[in-house]
Amino acid sequence: SCDFYVSPARRSSGFRATTIMAVEFDGGVVIGADSRTTTGAYIANRVTDKLTPIHDRIFCCRSGSAADTQAIADAVSYQLGFHSIELDEPPLVQTAANLFKQMCYRYREELMAGIIVAGWDKRRGGQVYTVPMGGMLVRQPVSVGGSGSSYIYGFIDSKYKSGMTKEECLRFTADALALAMERDGSSGGVVRLAAITESGLERSVILGNQLPTFFSA
Amino acid sequence: GAERETVKTAGTSLRLSFSWKHQEICRVLSCHVLQPLLKFIFFLSFRNLLLEDALGEGKSNAPKPLKTGTTIAGVVCKDGVVLGADTRATSSEVVADKMCAKIHYIAPNIYCCGAGTAADTEKTTELLSSNLTIFSMNSGRNPRVVMAANILQNMLFRYHGAIGANLILGGVDCTGSHIYRVGPYGSMDKVPYLAMGSGDLAAMGVLEDRFKPRMEQEEAKTLVRDAIRAGIMSDLGSGNNIDICVITSKGVDYIRPYQESEYKDNRQKKYKYKPGTTPVLCEKVVRLELELVHETVQKMETS
Repeated sequence: SCDFYVSPARRSSGFRATTIMAVEFDGGVVIGADSRTTTGAYIANRVTDKLTPIHDRIFCCRSGSAADTQAIADAVSYQLGFHSIELDEPPLVQTAANLFKQMCYRYREELMAGIIVAGWDKRRGGQVYTVPMGGMLVRQPVSVGGSGSSYIYGFIDSKYKSGMTKEECLRFTADALALAMERDGSSGGVVRLAAITESGLERSVILGNQLPTFFSA
Repeated sequence: GAERETVKTAGTSLRLSFSWKHQEICRVLSCHVLQPLLKFIFFLSFRNLLLEDALGEGKSNAPKPLKTGTTIAGVVCKDGVVLGADTRATSSEVVADKMCAKIHYIAPNIYCCGAGTAADTEKTTELLSSNLTIFSMNSGRNPRVVMAANILQNMLFRYHGAIGANLILGGVDCTGSHIYRVGPYGSMDKVPYLAMGSGDLAAMGVLEDRFKPRMEQEEAKTLVRDAIRAGIMSDLGSGNNIDICVITSKGVDYIRPYQESEYKDNRQKKYKYKPGTTPVLCEKVVRLELELVHETVQKMETS
């Protein structure tokens, strides 16, 4: 009919270019994100929390448009909660990831959202699934996303080894995020980390002056 | 197609194309009469563009929507929340309203500052206020700030940014005192201090410098006042007076104005000129010839 739909080509409000990361280890996952939300060149929020709980042991890391990812996360956490109540047991991470994928793929033209789903469940332990823009779904042992991720692919490829402990994973994630924040203008602020295991959830924050330092030219 | 050709020729043919458009518009609108509109229809923006071109090379512009080029700020203090706003509403480069109220009532314990398009912030906050009142009555609970923020977020996301409302929601409820920022596309942020509007950069500078967690109320009021003042001084779209709204668990103190601008104009509102100010050049008296046709006398009852 006669609607003129305004295209969301360049959303300038609450756009989040970011660095997000998730790593699996034996017994759980470690997730991390920076804390900057920009509207154009202004940092709208310098202490954003981009690690959103979807269920007790399942989190998602959000990158892209803030409005879109918040709305998707709300919708998926509702659907997952409902599903979990029906099943009468905690949901699988794979289920959560598929719910994200369905929504991101169906509305791929209208949405701008890159999401990493990570968590722990009884069947397969710690898992990381990445759902980038466009709605692909793939499981990876380590995954990075957001605009700052391009600067740390080399670091990830060279430093990652399987069989790391939780503390090694936390240090690895903190280092990678610090490097990305150093190089990417749209990432910065503090580093928010979370470790999800069977026994629960441990959240931590690394403030700007406590970040790991590297060589700076 | 056809309407472009008629517009190019002359003034009278514009009138013809306009009436054709009018019929078209009525047909479009009537098919939505029974159902509620789910989206904005931008059909008329097409016609407005044609009209602007036709009326001649930008000579007469369509009236711009009233925007509150604004400075608004909010701070969480020890026992509550302090919200502040300037009071200038502009329509392009003219100040349309010098005492505009930008801090809107949502619930007895929740107030909302709005920046962006004035109509959008007004109506969105009124809608939110009614929805929350209905909810309170239905559930027997007082509304919470996070609820108001979620309702706003859902509504603004549905309209994909067509509603130009940047809102600072602040209030005190049973869980404590909170400030939320809701953007026009439906993004929500929870922060301890916040500034928005065209003067936000200046206000944010003041807030970043002097904010401390758990400030006393008087200190918070001074901080917000100074932040808004910085916005007023550095931004053309903000100005005039400063409103402050302090919300605590004991109640609300809406101080309007908290500080008046130093630049006051003394309007007399009565413009009487002495006789002889306008010189009389010539005088002509014309008698009206009236003929008495009929006369009746009615006595008044005076007893």
